[in-house]
Amino acid sequence: MNYTDILIYMRHEISLMAVIIVLFVYDLAAGSRGRSRFSAVTCVLLLLHTLVNIIPVHGTAQLFGGMFVYAPLHSALKSMLSVGALIVCLQADTWLRRDDTEHKRGEFYILTLSTLLGMYFMIGAGNFLLFFIGLELASIPMACLVAFDKYKRYSAEAGAKYILTALFSSGLMLYGISFLYGTTGTLYFDDMPARIDGSPLQILAMVFFFSGLGFKISLVPFHLWTADTYQGAPTAVTAYLSVVSKGAAAFVLMAILVKVFGPMVKQWQTMLEIVIVFSITVANLFALRQKDLKRFLAFSSISQAGYIMLAVIGGSAIGMTSLVFYVLVYMAANLAAFGVIAVVEQHSGGKVSMEDYNGFYRTNPKLAVVMMLALFSLAGIPPFAGFFSKFFVFSAAFRGGFHAVVFIALINTVIALYYYLLVVKAMFITPNNEPIPALRSDLGAKIALALCTAGILALGLTSCIFEGINALPSGIW
Amino acid sequence: MEYTILILVLPLLSFLFLGLAGTRLRPAAAGAVGTAVLAVVTAVSYMTAYAYFFGQGRAADGLYPTLTPWNTTWLPINDTLSIDMGIMLDPISVMMLVVISTVSLMVHIYSFGYMKGERGFQRYYAFLSLFTASMMGLVVATNIFQMYVFWELVGVSSYLLIGFYYTRKEAVAASKKAFIVTRFADLGFLIGILFYGYYAGTFSFNPQTEALAAAGMIIPLALGLMFVGGAGKSAMFPLHIWLPDAMEGPTPVSALIHAATMVVAGVYLVARMFPLFIGYAPDVLHATAIVGAFTSFYAAVVACVQSDIKRVLAFSTISQIGFMIVALGVCTSADPHSGGLGYMASMFHLFTHAMFKALLFLGAGCIIHAVHSNEMSAMGGLRRYMPVTHATFLVACLAIAGIWPLSGFFSKDEILTACFAYSPVMGWVMTAIAGLTAFYMFRLYYGIFWGRENRTLHAEHTPHEAPATMTLPLVVLAAVTLGAGFIPFGHFVSSNGTAYDIHINPTVAAISLCAATAGIALATWMYARERQAAAESLARRFATLHTAAYHRFYIDEIYQFITHRVIFRCISTPVAWFDRNVVDGFMNMLARGANGASYLIRGMQSGIIQHYCIWFLGGALVLTIILLFIR
Repeated sequence: MNYTDILIYMRHEISLMAVIIVLFVYDLAAGSRGRSRFSAVTCVLLLLHTLVNIIPVHGTAQLFGGMFVYAPLHSALKSMLSVGALIVCLQADTWLRRDDTEHKRGEFYILTLSTLLGMYFMIGAGNFLLFFIGLELASIPMACLVAFDKYKRYSAEAGAKYILTALFSSGLMLYGISFLYGTTGTLYFDDMPARIDGSPLQILAMVFFFSGLGFKISLVPFHLWTADTYQGAPTAVTAYLSVVSKGAAAFVLMAILVKVFGPMVKQWQTMLEIVIVFSITVANLFALRQKDLKRFLAFSSISQAGYIMLAVIGGSAIGMTSLVFYVLVYMAANLAAFGVIAVVEQHSGGKVSMEDYNGFYRTNPKLAVVMMLALFSLAGIPPFAGFFSKFFVFSAAFRGGFHAVVFIALINTVIALYYYLLVVKAMFITPNNEPIPALRSDLGAKIALALCTAGILALGLTSCIFEGINALPSGIW
Repeated sequence: MEYTILILVLPLLSFLFLGLAGTRLRPAAAGAVGTAVLAVVTAVSYMTAYAYFFGQGRAADGLYPTLTPWNTTWLPINDTLSIDMGIMLDPISVMMLVVISTVSLMVHIYSFGYMKGERGFQRYYAFLSLFTASMMGLVVATNIFQMYVFWELVGVSSYLLIGFYYTRKEAVAASKKAFIVTRFADLGFLIGILFYGYYAGTFSFNPQTEALAAAGMIIPLALGLMFVGGAGKSAMFPLHIWLPDAMEGPTPVSALIHAATMVVAGVYLVARMFPLFIGYAPDVLHATAIVGAFTSFYAAVVACVQSDIKRVLAFSTISQIGFMIVALGVCTSADPHSGGLGYMASMFHLFTHAMFKALLFLGAGCIIHAVHSNEMSAMGGLRRYMPVTHATFLVACLAIAGIWPLSGFFSKDEILTACFAYSPVMGWVMTAIAGLTAFYMFRLYYGIFWGRENRTLHAEHTPHEAPATMTLPLVVLAAVTLGAGFIPFGHFVSSNGTAYDIHINPTVAAISLCAATAGIALATWMYARERQAAAESLARRFATLHTAAYHRFYIDEIYQFITHRVIFRCISTPVAWFDRNVVDGFMNMLARGANGASYLIRGMQSGIIQHYCIWFLGGALVLTIILLFIR
């Protein structure tokens, strides 16, 4: 290993760290006028960071004796997450222009980017230690973000619930990792499979490890924090939590299950079968009765997590491609939905219930159409991107031979269609004498929504993106 | 010739722009945008045609090369089979580009006057752009699947434009009818494509001969099914029923879509697949000739007694498309000198017909604009009020009747020559239909411009000549109709690509001219004067036949009977019962179950963090235990 390798293969991490440091110094040095331009500066820097790294370097590499690994697919995923973070930052601007958050805008962006850095390390980890550090770096600042509106009761409560559950899950996961270390004598991903034999202790270790990531992805039964946290957290944070954080964790989960727990494939497939069925079904049943849109999207995101796991269960290379594609599509749709909710919430004095949206189309046709497209994509209606991403994960699971799970998931899409359409019905059909007045969203939110809408439409119609992802080696097979 | 992509992209952009931002523009501005874009498209089309035919000319083997200036793989299905999107230029597609852009431009200009003050003017131009883009995409398709995609898009834009006056019940019904009937036919097309793709191993137009030979009877079947789709779009009997009703749309739309371009898509499809038809399914090809001839005859008879001028023109369109199909169907080889003449004749007639039929429809639009009615009873004697319309309409009528030196004479003559070469019976039948065509067209002409004038109506509201935006396209199209016959069409398009000199067969020309003159003379005798005793006594004497023809031989009623009585009652009702009670019942059960279950499990989400942790740990342990047991 030499230092040029570090510069080449860790360029995502290095440039993001540079962005964070620049922002940190800027926050300290800039006066109040400089600070009012903070979000613009962040977005530009983040955009630069994304553009500089957008083309994946060819070839795989191992740095620091296998502690850190690189594969082109990692690079693509990191770029996707950067774009997601960028969209969130664009959406957060208006929300942060308030008296009580004006002075701590820098904190929001620096904390958000820190979690992003944590996710990068998680993705690039080749050792459980680095993986765990990345995971913690991705969750502890997240708790601060969730409790960002700390003077609001719900936000504080959400922060408390998040940090407590995160601690609990980290503890459990660390416990599991310690069992693994005990039975195999190593923490390197590459060395482990040879010593994995599926002994009861290792099964316990795997389940504990899984529960830690299950918490991040919010899979049943590790999902209970989700609804309360999503509802209480500021909407921009919820959006970030629901897509970026989830996407990174899902990828890492698949990579580790396949790479490290390869010899225990039978066990983890059974485990996933149970978890998928419960995640999708339970979340759908809860989503049916929600009146608060953020809570509603929390349950929707749990069921989407179940669908993402369908890509994992086959443990195949095409499954990995489907997973990354699903995350990308899900990111576009969910960020669009949360973007609309954020705009409405900020301009109408905190309206987030489904009833508030009655007659929304009459006053805000554009926002209503964006929301509709997002919900159609989430529900998987052709020809929007969501249909294709669902199709790919279903076919990946079907090829793996999990017919019953696919069947149950298909039935659940019908239920999901019903509740997604409830929102569309409220916006377009239900009459309302006092609909939300016509809103003017700011430039950042507009760009963010346009990006998401383009994603929803374009990802479905162009096959080249799926093929592009498919062509990138993941460094596992 | 990469710039040809503009021909597709520009109208599409214009559609998006007008569709999204159109209502913000003033109507005239929206129309100007649409028309300006189309003028550019027309210029590019002409440039393409010039560069293709004269710029690069024939290749070393004496044929015009087939170019694909632009192609992309849209959807790979497996290693060998993929769906492409692209642009293919060959003589017929370039010819179609010229036809479509010319007629479309004329219609765009004409609509300024015709649609003035209509509600939804911007929407109208948006739809016209969409139609033009789709039709261009259809003709330049590099493969049958792309053709199918644009084929459906053309159907959609036709649907939107027929139903343009969506507040009128008849327009809505007509648009639905057109969509459903053509969609039904397209099902055949799609199945044909899938068969073809599966057995030929490609969607492209020139598959490998081994695959085709190995497929045996499947290829004729696939081609036959494709023809079903073509018959739907091109209104061949018995799938023609939607076209007369489609006249509910604005008249310029009828001129563009339902006379000149979209309805000839079926002819174009057969021409596109011509090498395969000739090589592997000549019997299917000849069968299409029978269908075409029968349709042509049937439509001509019906056209003789219609009183709505747009319906007369609609049936005459059906009849003329029948001519084109017959011309293709009577081909027995790919050599234009022995048995392959029909291909060139068909394309030639497509070209000339597009021009003079658009002219007829646009003229009809001027007349309707002047008297505010489609019925011939509201007209008569209009030659005094509308000189330009009268003159151009007469040119078109002479052309469609096949009088020298108008364009229709030349193309129809080639068709009849091809028919006589195939079999004398076909030749005489088609000649008779040509005579009938002359008769009903001049019945229409006299009914509008001479004959019995509706003086009370005209006194109330004096008919006036249309504005210049409307008469200008008429004059342009009339000029084309006058000159187009002298284009050496065979030099550009022929069945095997070699240059073919059009030469008039004197016998055939004499026979067809006699038939046309006889038709015109009969119409003059019956309808040119104020008193039309002969016509009335004939109608009385053959009252049954007259009524039957007026009601289009009750074909619509037969459809009505089959769909309502047979299909609805014997198939739909049981299916509906099954759907309502079994399928919905299952769904309702699912919904009720889901609702109930969500009540049952609501305790899980208690909001208390300790409970969450218990679920968390408990879940993990239960999973572990399950995994330990199934090991």
